Amino acid sequence: MFRIETKEVLNDTIYRMGIVSPRVAKKARPGQFIMLRVDEAGERIPLTIAGTDPEKGIVDIIFQAYGTTTKKLCEKEAGDEIADFVGPLGKPTEIRGQKICVIGGGVGCAIALPIAREYASVGADVTCIIGFRSKNMVILEDEFRSFSRRVFVMTDDGSYGSTGNVCMPLKEMLEKGEDFDRIIAIGPLVMMRFVTETARPWGVPVSVSMNPIMIDGTGMCGGCRMTLKDEYGRPATVFACVDGPEFDGYQVDFDEVMTRGRMYADFERHSYEKTCNLFRAADQAKKEGC
Amino acid sequence: MAMEPKKTPMPTQDPRERITNFREVALGYTPEDARREALRCLNCKNRPCVEGCPVNVNIPGFIQKIREGDLDGAYEVIAATSSLPAVCGRVCPQENQCEAKCAMGIKFEPVGIGRLERYVADHHNAASVPPRKASSNGCKVAVVGSGPSSLTCAGDLAKLGYDVTVFEALHAAGGVLVYGIPEFRLPKSIVAREVENLKALGVTVETNVVVGKTVTVDELFEEGFRAVFLGTGAGLPMFMNIPGENLVGVYSANEYLTRSNLMKAYREDSDTPIRKGGRVAVVGGGNVAMDAARTALRLGAEKVTIIYRRSEAELPARREEAEHAREEGVEFLYLANPVEILGYRNFEDPRDPKNGAVTGIRCTRMELGEPDERGRRVPRPIAGSEFHVPVDTVVIAIGTSPNPLIRSIVGGVQLNRRGGIVVTEEGATHRAGVYAGGDAVTGAATVISAMGAGKTAAAAIHRYLSE
Ligand SMILES: Cc1cc2nc3c(=O)[nH]c(=O)nc-3n(C[C@H](O)[C@H](O)[C@H](O)COP(=O)(O)OP(=O)(O)OC[C@H]3O[C@@H](n4cnc5c(N)ncnc54)[C@H](O)[C@@H]3O)c2cc1C
Ligand code: FES
Repeated sequence: MFRIETKEVLNDTIYRMGIVSPRVAKKARPGQFIMLRVDEAGERIPLTIAGTDPEKGIVDIIFQAYGTTTKKLCEKEAGDEIADFVGPLGKPTEIRGQKICVIGGGVGCAIALPIAREYASVGADVTCIIGFRSKNMVILEDEFRSFSRRVFVMTDDGSYGSTGNVCMPLKEMLEKGEDFDRIIAIGPLVMMRFVTETARPWGVPVSVSMNPIMIDGTGMCGGCRMTLKDEYGRPATVFACVDGPEFDGYQVDFDEVMTRGRMYADFERHSYEKTCNLFRAADQAKKEGC
Repeated sequence: MAMEPKKTPMPTQDPRERITNFREVALGYTPEDARREALRCLNCKNRPCVEGCPVNVNIPGFIQKIREGDLDGAYEVIAATSSLPAVCGRVCPQENQCEAKCAMGIKFEPVGIGRLERYVADHHNAASVPPRKASSNGCKVAVVGSGPSSLTCAGDLAKLGYDVTVFEALHAAGGVLVYGIPEFRLPKSIVAREVENLKALGVTVETNVVVGKTVTVDELFEEGFRAVFLGTGAGLPMFMNIPGENLVGVYSANEYLTRSNLMKAYREDSDTPIRKGGRVAVVGGGNVAMDAARTALRLGAEKVTIIYRRSEAELPARREEAEHAREEGVEFLYLANPVEILGYRNFEDPRDPKNGAVTGIRCTRMELGEPDERGRRVPRPIAGSEFHVPVDTVVIAIGTSPNPLIRSIVGGVQLNRRGGIVVTEEGATHRAGVYAGGDAVTGAATVISAMGAGKTAAAAIHRYLSE
């Protein structure tokens, strides 16, 4: 069992938890992820490591409660335990380049944060663009500001920062001749695809972070496989859990990733509703009890 | 007394009943069955069966004890050279090993050695108390992985007084025995019991540790471990490299079975999804393919077809598994090989949720040519023979190779062309203090050979650390 040391609400649906796992805390590098299982009946899900405290042996995760497992997880409190927590898995981010643009969308900002921080810590010039649906969804802004040269905050509805999506400031900068060595985009698939397309005319390298359905996370099942196409269009199958999670945006077959991601949409909707109903019933019972 | 020409039949759950549940199919001999079967052993002088056993269990010896009614004695005879008899009795390919050599088999059916082994082991497990911890010699050994090779190596070393820690990447110990082989063939309580026995012997089992990622072998040595055994298995699934393999509804057998066995997706209360029902095709002819096909039936498939590129005679699965599959209604399409998996595509509406879902397999007919160097006839496609099989789910069970994470686990060991770890006969790798065995060395093989390799390595580690 693994103890939840801290729990913090970042916005309506996004939480940060510190989990006690000294071995993982010691080993984790930015860009790597863990797999967890909340309880005995639980699913194994991957979550990117958002930060570590090796001294205290604590690993931070940030997640949005949108599925069965994350819903179950957000119902846990500091002091509670979860069944399993394993990592660090996947390849760490390769630190390449001096002038970097890091783009995060929604909960993807949690993954972008440690990567951006790592670049800043080796002296890179870091520009960050973070995008959200609206003001009440904004997370981690201060943390991004603490080490970045520039931070653009975008909201879809214009309720905070600038109105629009994350590609707008990126395109503007590229058009003005900003010469980024690399763009790192982490967020919803549509966003990562759009960033890749925005950068394509300038040929700036784009790294994207993939989060397909995983089971073991050790390369044993192939469930996380995806097709990469090299510059000549030749396909190769890779396993996101061991070969990734970061890939060259220009090589990713986004259509395939999106299709495979919907594999269990029906099941998930069902199971999510069931879980929510359970928690609702429990709440109700508690209320009636007192 | 007249010789019984046939094996005493194994009581089983009725096929129509058993495809509706995940309970064990073979129910085990009654004492009467076992006595009857034991009497069929000729107790012949040159004991060919012992040679047929990869770990040379004294087979006539334990059968003799059954005849004498001394089941504890029978267990001791088996345990002298083998661990995990309750597992091996259920899953060993006896027809290629001990039973293939049985003298009775020349004229009649061979003695049901596996069934008797299982009987003895189940009897022992029902009555026995957990083993006692040996007095510690204070010397630490790390065992990586928790499949049959690792469980055996850890057990043997713990009995010698070593302070053993098993590190397993997944959340449950047992390797293929828990994530691959289904409950209806090997109840997980049997595996759990073996793990509990190890703990009673003083072995520490640390799950959720991926050696190479969570901790490296070098760090294990720094932590004071004096030797390391690598029993990391052959977990990398092979694909066919044909178009359509990444469509929605195509699984590797490892994924399909892991969802069902390890994650219990067949149970209502599990959060892990799996595709249920519909028409399922399983590609391959080994135990893994049979397990996947029979799992699909139990998950409610309307129709399950095994597609195998050779003929019935070449099926590599245990004979009993293929028979059980047939009884349960699995269909076999022999001499056929997939060339493409077809998917649904609505060009009008790219948002159609059915886009990308499997609709069928295009196969080509095969014929068997000349035998290869291993004596197996090589299948060749017949030109112009392509045909279409409509399906909703495809499970690819054409084999696995050693876990590629090995490279990141440890420096200084050498790998062969197929990714297997190179070891001496004793299981020693090129790096001092690092041993290996099981599927990680041989590629996908058998429980008994993995177990044997674990035993050999444990003895070698003991010699190494006693020097
Ligand atoms: C579906 C299926 C059916 C089978 N049926 C039969 C049968 O009927 N009869 C038979 O004899 N054989 C059968 N086999 C084969 C048999 O199960 C294997 O040969 C045997 O389990 C190999 O044992 P092992 O100890 O080498 O490794 P495995 O059982 O493969 O165990 C390896 C373990 O190591 C863990 N591991 C890997 N890398 C790491 C790491 N870096 N750190 C920590 N842990 C790690 C893995 O998670 C796994 O748990 C079957 C196999 C499958 C898949
Ligand atoms: S999650 Fe199973 S191979 Fe990647």
